[in-house]
Amino acid sequence: MKKKSFGSRIIAAPYIVWAAIFVIVPLIIMAYFALTDANGAFTLANLAGIGKYKKAFAVSILYAVIATIITLLLAYPMAYFMTKMKISSQRMIMLIVMLPMWMNFLIRTYSWITILANTGLINTFLSKIGLKPLQLINTPGAVILGMVYDFIPYMILPIYSVMSKIDKSLLEAAEDLGANGKARLHRVIFPLSLPGVISGITMVFVPSVSTFYISQKLGGNKNLLIGDAIEFLFNNGPDYYNVASALSMVLMVLILISLAVMNRFSDGDEGGVVI
Amino acid sequence: MKKENIVELKNISVNFDGEQILNGLNLDIRDKEFITLLGPSGCGKTTTLRLIAGFLEPDSGDIMFEGKKINGVPAYKRQVNTIFQRYALFPHLNVYENVAFGLRIKKLKESEIKQKVTEMLALVNLSGFEKRHIDTLSGGQQQRVAIARAIANMPKVLLLDEPLAALDLKLRKDMQKELKKIQQQLGITFIFVTHDQEEALTMSDRVVVMDGGKIQQVGTPQDIYNEPENAFVADFIGESNIFDGIMKEDYRVELSGYTFECLDKGFSANEPVDVVVRPEDVDIVSPEKGMLTGTVTSVAFLGVHYEIIVDIGGFKWMIQTTDEHKVNDTVGLFIEPDAIHIMKKSEYSGKYGDYSSYSEEMEHLSDVTAEE
Repeated sequence: MKKKSFGSRIIAAPYIVWAAIFVIVPLIIMAYFALTDANGAFTLANLAGIGKYKKAFAVSILYAVIATIITLLLAYPMAYFMTKMKISSQRMIMLIVMLPMWMNFLIRTYSWITILANTGLINTFLSKIGLKPLQLINTPGAVILGMVYDFIPYMILPIYSVMSKIDKSLLEAAEDLGANGKARLHRVIFPLSLPGVISGITMVFVPSVSTFYISQKLGGNKNLLIGDAIEFLFNNGPDYYNVASALSMVLMVLILISLAVMNRFSDGDEGGVVI
Repeated sequence: MKKENIVELKNISVNFDGEQILNGLNLDIRDKEFITLLGPSGCGKTTTLRLIAGFLEPDSGDIMFEGKKINGVPAYKRQVNTIFQRYALFPHLNVYENVAFGLRIKKLKESEIKQKVTEMLALVNLSGFEKRHIDTLSGGQQQRVAIARAIANMPKVLLLDEPLAALDLKLRKDMQKELKKIQQQLGITFIFVTHDQEEALTMSDRVVVMDGGKIQQVGTPQDIYNEPENAFVADFIGESNIFDGIMKEDYRVELSGYTFECLDKGFSANEPVDVVVRPEDVDIVSPEKGMLTGTVTSVAFLGVHYEIIVDIGGFKWMIQTTDEHKVNDTVGLFIEPDAIHIMKKSEYSGKYGDYSSYSEEMEHLSDVTAEE
């Protein structure tokens, strides 16, 4: 590797310090707690004990997969039609997509309660027009809805940005070679937008699988997610730090494995996934 | 032998944002010919090509293909293929799959596709490159893939949009020969767009010179060089000395105060005309033998010949000669009757002055400005 100049090292220094303090050190602390007992002695008991949380892991992954698929199915056509619009309309839609991201995540989730609750907006409306109320809140569907709603911008943005950079002359070339609209989408646009899709999947799946709060507020704690379990344990005080850290570590490893699998799909292509 | 027209453009007009790009264009393109649309940036040549390809619809006028009107037929249904200026190869596919693209859309059998792709890659000298990724190819190789991909579909007409503009000079010359060879081998119509007059002259059966959204002249390369129809064509194709002259009577034209013999007739007496004299057609003789005399103001050595500028009564002539002359020499000019070409006055008359502001450098700079 080429030796870096002194100047470029000075410029990079703050970022290295930043990364050390806020990424490396927390990871070390997490690993330390995960591999020690309450007295600070080395143990694997914490890791061995995560079997109790098998169901939470399974539910988390299942919900995250479902939420990611729904998000993709909604976001892909949206990004596609956005690229076909006038530039001014594209900017407008982009703003609308990003607007919710400027609001606090907790508030956004909380507001769904007022919509889905048994006496919320939807059910009030249904009873007004003489229909039976629906059980919307405290269902798996509500949790997945919350995930989709909270994370969809992270799917739309990377897909849109990759798709809008596809060279228009490639589409002309495809049309010239006999490809109608469907064939152009299938043979040119989709393969070329894959890096965006993979980025989007990663950026939705990772927060979905590790999320907490959404399930507490919208799922009524019926199906504990792994993120909730970790939060719950930490809130119970220092005695539970070790188990909570072990859970965090296992979750992290699971996420890394799924990232590696995702990267497989886009291997060789420029840089792969942007996280 | 009468050749059939494969493409006919009838009274085509195109406007973009109120600007007229094509203005009542009429053009018949014959089957199996190599025809070049030549003109400066913005003359409408690429627009014409896109009309035939189907990427653009005319505001008025008809496009005929094999005698049938094809206005409104989408590009993917037309039996023409295009080679794009920047190749537009699919970056997610390898060489083989790029060439096979059109064949897969036609749902050909895998064995047929393989045979066709192999044949096409052999034709463009890229056998063995099947598995290569597009990014790993040089510009010239990408160009060949683009050619193979377009002709694999066996189009009746191949459209080429400045395909050689991005290649360096040496490669461009080779590709010119190769394209011509491929055209003859396949026996299909090539419609070639370029702003490079030399390219147009070397490759084409016929050249269409365009400017301002109109066709200025259609003819064989010899025709448009030797018999330009107006001052624009004379200036755009090769080097020309263009003068205001007076047609005294048939076969006699006056310019720079001297009455020359020429081969042109059919003008009214004393009709003002444009006169073209090519720099290579002027003989330099001693002042006393010359029809005109003047002073050499600049000399440039170009290898094969010298390019000298001679001031005659304030008008700077460009003359190409193999003899050496020095600046400030007084020389005589001798012009044979067949070196003089007379043109009717046109909207371009007077737009092209003499060589007083001429500079080699400028000429080269303006050559490389490719059309967007």
